[in-house]
Amino acid sequence: MTEQASLRSPLGKAIGLGSAKEGVVHWWRQRLSAVALVPLALWFVASLIAHLGGDRAGLVAWLHAPVPAILMILLVGTVFYHTVLGVQVVIEDYVHHEAAKLTALIVLRLACFLLAVAGIFAVLRLAFGA
Amino acid sequence: MPAAERPLSPHLQIYKPQLTTVLSISHRATGLALSVGTIFLVWWLLAGADSPEAYAEAQGFFGSWLGIILLIGWTYSLFFHLCNGIRHLAWDTGYGLDLPRTYATGWAVVAASAALTVIALIAGFAQWSHA
Repeated sequence: MTEQASLRSPLGKAIGLGSAKEGVVHWWRQRLSAVALVPLALWFVASLIAHLGGDRAGLVAWLHAPVPAILMILLVGTVFYHTVLGVQVVIEDYVHHEAAKLTALIVLRLACFLLAVAGIFAVLRLAFGA
Repeated sequence: MPAAERPLSPHLQIYKPQLTTVLSISHRATGLALSVGTIFLVWWLLAGADSPEAYAEAQGFFGSWLGIILLIGWTYSLFFHLCNGIRHLAWDTGYGLDLPRTYATGWAVVAASAALTVIALIAGFAQWSHA
């Protein structure tokens, strides 16, 4: 391979192309949310099975109780947190066009935030009123 | 771009699929499938928060053939992503990175996710037929 001639010093290249100063933050958050999702996901599947085919009265009675409502809010929040981190890596791996990548990352974050707020709002409405 | 003078890796389809590579890409695929599922989860919760009619409509969709197929797919995806995710967490502590244990835990993930899916489906259909 031929080295391109450059006026930038090795230090300048390192500063320009080096660490994004994020370190292991993304990795760590992905693992932390994964650990939290192990019990939450098992609880979620078991609860859904218990309420299969039920009517709205059953759903309201279930999420009216504090513990299921709290766990469901934690599940929705953690799921979308974990989804952002996971899908972000997939986008960064496969989308190489810079504008498309940036657009996809922005849409991903805003959509997940919107869905998380909507989901938590729905649980609160079921828990407190409706 | 000038042609590289060093050898390049062959394209992905040249490689014979192995348990390790299949499980690796399956972790991504199930993660993406579950990401789509979260949209339906929020739709289901919003329908429940809205009215008995909206909730009945959502329940009707999940009771349809398409809904059942999606739910079975998400059930398997969730259990696979959960089991293989635990395998990843074990790797992160430094456990099981050697080849024999990578294969042993890989087959364990295949078996556990299949077993959990079957258990969930049996419990689900039993509950559904009572409801």
